Amino acid sequence: MAVKFDRVALTGNEAAAEALRQVDPDVAAVYPITPQTELMHKFAQFVYDGDIQTELVCVESEHSAMSATVGAAAAGARAITATSANGLALMWEIVYIAASLRLPIVMPVVNRALSGPLNIHCDHSDSMGARDAGWIQLFSENAQEVYDNTIQAFRIGEHPDVLLPVMVTLDGFILSHTTEVVDVTEDDAVKRFIGEYKPHYTLLDPEHPITVGPLDLQDYYMEHKRQQAEAIDNSPKVIEQVAKEFAELTGRQYGFFEDYMLDDADYVLICLGSTGGTAKSAVDSLRDDGHKAGLLKLRVFRPFPVELIANTLKDRKAVAVMDKSATFGGLGGPVFNEVRSALYGKSTAPIVNYIYGLGGRGINTTQICSIGMDIIEGRTDTLVRYFGVRE
Amino acid sequence: MAELKGWRDIPIGGLILEPGCAESYETGSWRTFRPVRDEEKCIHCLRCWIFCPDSSILVEDGKVVGFDYDHCKGCGICAFECPKKCTAITMVLESEVR
Repeated sequence: MAVKFDRVALTGNEAAAEALRQVDPDVAAVYPITPQTELMHKFAQFVYDGDIQTELVCVESEHSAMSATVGAAAAGARAITATSANGLALMWEIVYIAASLRLPIVMPVVNRALSGPLNIHCDHSDSMGARDAGWIQLFSENAQEVYDNTIQAFRIGEHPDVLLPVMVTLDGFILSHTTEVVDVTEDDAVKRFIGEYKPHYTLLDPEHPITVGPLDLQDYYMEHKRQQAEAIDNSPKVIEQVAKEFAELTGRQYGFFEDYMLDDADYVLICLGSTGGTAKSAVDSLRDDGHKAGLLKLRVFRPFPVELIANTLKDRKAVAVMDKSATFGGLGGPVFNEVRSALYGKSTAPIVNYIYGLGGRGINTTQICSIGMDIIEGRTDTLVRYFGVRE
Repeated sequence: MAELKGWRDIPIGGLILEPGCAESYETGSWRTFRPVRDEEKCIHCLRCWIFCPDSSILVEDGKVVGFDYDHCKGCGICAFECPKKCTAITMVLESEVR
């Protein structure tokens, strides 16, 4: 592993932009929205400076951004875009189309609360809102993970057994605008890792004219959806393989989740994204007090690693799932539902939900410790709690 | 109509890989009414041919020769556009013709 790297200080947005610079995609269709804007600003600067050959298309809305990205990808280009919150919401119909057309688009999503009320700060409601669209969804804890996930995303989505778009998420402001240390692998090594893009199909081949996006009637729509299900069900082994190769390249290991002090943990906390960092400190604190606590920091939310989660959590004494988004009218948040579903029939231990951090409300070590202490001390009667809300 | 295929046997992403294959999809079975033309009244103005959304008016040497009943969906636009002085096309219930 003699691959060179530079240790630099980058924000999450800059880390994503740097990864995208190294990939040098054919097309990027872009529209700004806080807190994603600086990601594309940085990327646009690379284009302007002539560092990369990307065709940068400035469109009039996020709906157009995804539409143009889909069009470019259907024409055989390696195409990207990036957004947040209501930008993702505005492109919602095309997000579904990108997945159904089996286009391996990579899109950083800088997690921000969906309006209303209008809020520009971090929560996961945007990405979670798109969880049924058929995209692969990766969550990043810090700027290094943002960089690493963005690079791996291309290999995952473009794999012939997958051919699906990939959302690389990073917490708005907390990661996007915070400077951290990132090891940036040398350009050539990244280029070799990504490889040349060989599109599965293209509109631009006169020898093989095709129709993209035609009508399906009642007799075939379900069969096409079954194909999509097969594709995302194929993705776990690809995610693993890509992570293995990435570890060979950089020495950094990735899986479906990061386990922190999980081996002998009786009491498990689950969270996604930047909260993972804070939660690790909380776990350290709980351990110092003699409690066998551990953290499962989920990286891959889609496809949800059902069996892995079930096998990892089935013999624990209690699990607290932290959701940075809510599902109104459902039983708790999205992660809670998936975890609980995975554990059905496998465990009778209490699994409880803490909905936290909506609209960027912070959560600190002390607060996470208190969540830990709730399950440690058996205060698990209330299934779903809105954590930290003023009554 | 061809036998319906399973999910493994169709192209992914809803792609159609065969150019111009719309011709083999026979939408004529969708009809409730079919156009019938009176040759005596037809002046071969070709308005019906111009307006037909399914390219189902058959024309040879500048004269209307018939309808492509494999594809005609019975929308009635041809009958509507046929000049009033001609009314060469009438829409007739499929059930009465078959």
